[in-house]
Amino acid sequence: MPYALCFLLFMIGLYCAVVKKNMVKIVIGILIMEYAVNLFLIMLGFRWGGRAPIVTAEDISGGSLSKLFINSSVDPLPQALVLTAIVISLGSLALMISICIRTYERYGTFDITQIRRLKG
Amino acid sequence: MKGMTIIVKNISSFVKVLIFLFGIYIILFGHLTPGGGFAGGVIVASSYVLLMLAYGREFAEENLSLPTTSRLDCVGALLFAAIALFGLFYGATGFFWNFIHQKELWGQPLKLLSAGTIPLSNISIGIKVGSSLFLVILILSSFRLETSASEKE
Amino acid sequence: MAIFCTLLVFIIIAAFIAVETKKLLSAVICIGAIGFGASIMFLFLWAPDIAITQIVVEVLGLIILIRATISRDRTFIAGDREFFGMIVSLVIILVIAVAGVSVFPETLPDFGTPVFTETSNSASQTYIEEGLEKTGAANLVASVILDFRAYDTLGEATVLFTTIIGATVILRKKTKKLLEEPDL
Repeated sequence: MPYALCFLLFMIGLYCAVVKKNMVKIVIGILIMEYAVNLFLIMLGFRWGGRAPIVTAEDISGGSLSKLFINSSVDPLPQALVLTAIVISLGSLALMISICIRTYERYGTFDITQIRRLKG
Repeated sequence: MKGMTIIVKNISSFVKVLIFLFGIYIILFGHLTPGGGFAGGVIVASSYVLLMLAYGREFAEENLSLPTTSRLDCVGALLFAAIALFGLFYGATGFFWNFIHQKELWGQPLKLLSAGTIPLSNISIGIKVGSSLFLVILILSSFRLETSASEKE
Repeated sequence: MAIFCTLLVFIIIAAFIAVETKKLLSAVICIGAIGFGASIMFLFLWAPDIAITQIVVEVLGLIILIRATISRDRTFIAGDREFFGMIVSLVIILVIAVAGVSVFPETLPDFGTPVFTETSNSASQTYIEEGLEKTGAANLVASVILDFRAYDTLGEATVLFTTIIGATVILRKKTKKLLEEPDL
């Protein structure tokens, strides 16, 4: 059930990026799609009754990890992938907004249909 | 870009130092508690963004100018590559080999000085990410000043 | 399960408002609400690193969006919608959605069973069992991104560097002066 809701969020972002005419709305649609994908990846590694993948002093018994920690820890691999993805999405947001600002300064509008007809 | 009123300036001059210190803590303890280089770098950048929003862009540029920020960015990236290359030359085993942990400091988990090259990589990634994000916000705000000035004419 | 579905419904309502509203400022504020809801959801999914990163990246992203697009003469979106283009896009998106949802129960495990417990000899099992001995770091996520999978971090640093250079080059204002200097 949460997987289906996450997919619905992705579809909302896709609709916004495809149908809308204002450039800032297209950027917002791409941003919603990125949030949906990050949420989906973390939900793949979730475990009921799990715990965060951080070792504390009470997990080490006799020089090695306790069985309880190994059997109840949450998957650390999707978290590593999503960590870098979140920071990259900020960099690409800055790039998209700088393109929008340049286009506004050149054509005077944010509307993408107007930009196709004016030849500068 | 103008700054804000005097109440905001007084409070932000006190708060931005706390944010900077918190960012450094998150970077340094990245191998023991949640956080790491990326989150800490973004927090350090946001402390400088607070300085820029409260005092105006010219004051922030005197504090940490544009060429200095871009050089810090390059220094962070080169430091990360240098740590990786040391692994290749030191043990002759591989790129990114954790050479400190495998040879010398062994058997002290959960202390601050542990885990080999991981704290060093955290610090270099923190410098790189922080200065990159502050650079891009500085450039966005300086460009906006130019267009709004030309729109008013 | 109830808390996850509640937070996801909140996020979906905020996304719907962000897509359909006519004022740009409301859309940007709804993006802030989505990011905040996502950060709380990461906390309940036992991912504290991601929650910290998401909330601070959200704040900086909001500053970029507001600072760059909200000024006196750009806050309203005018114009009518193209009817035919919107209907065609909606039909295509509906087909993709139905195809996607029908695939879910066969390929994905139930919510709450991580994927690595169903496959044998998976990489995540190795990272959990041997992460502390081989790297010495107590934070397993930090040991994964900086020791087991350090190439991915190198790639991420390169991508971030390139996007920042791209944004700097686009917003440069000195080009006309360089073109007017005479070549001798």
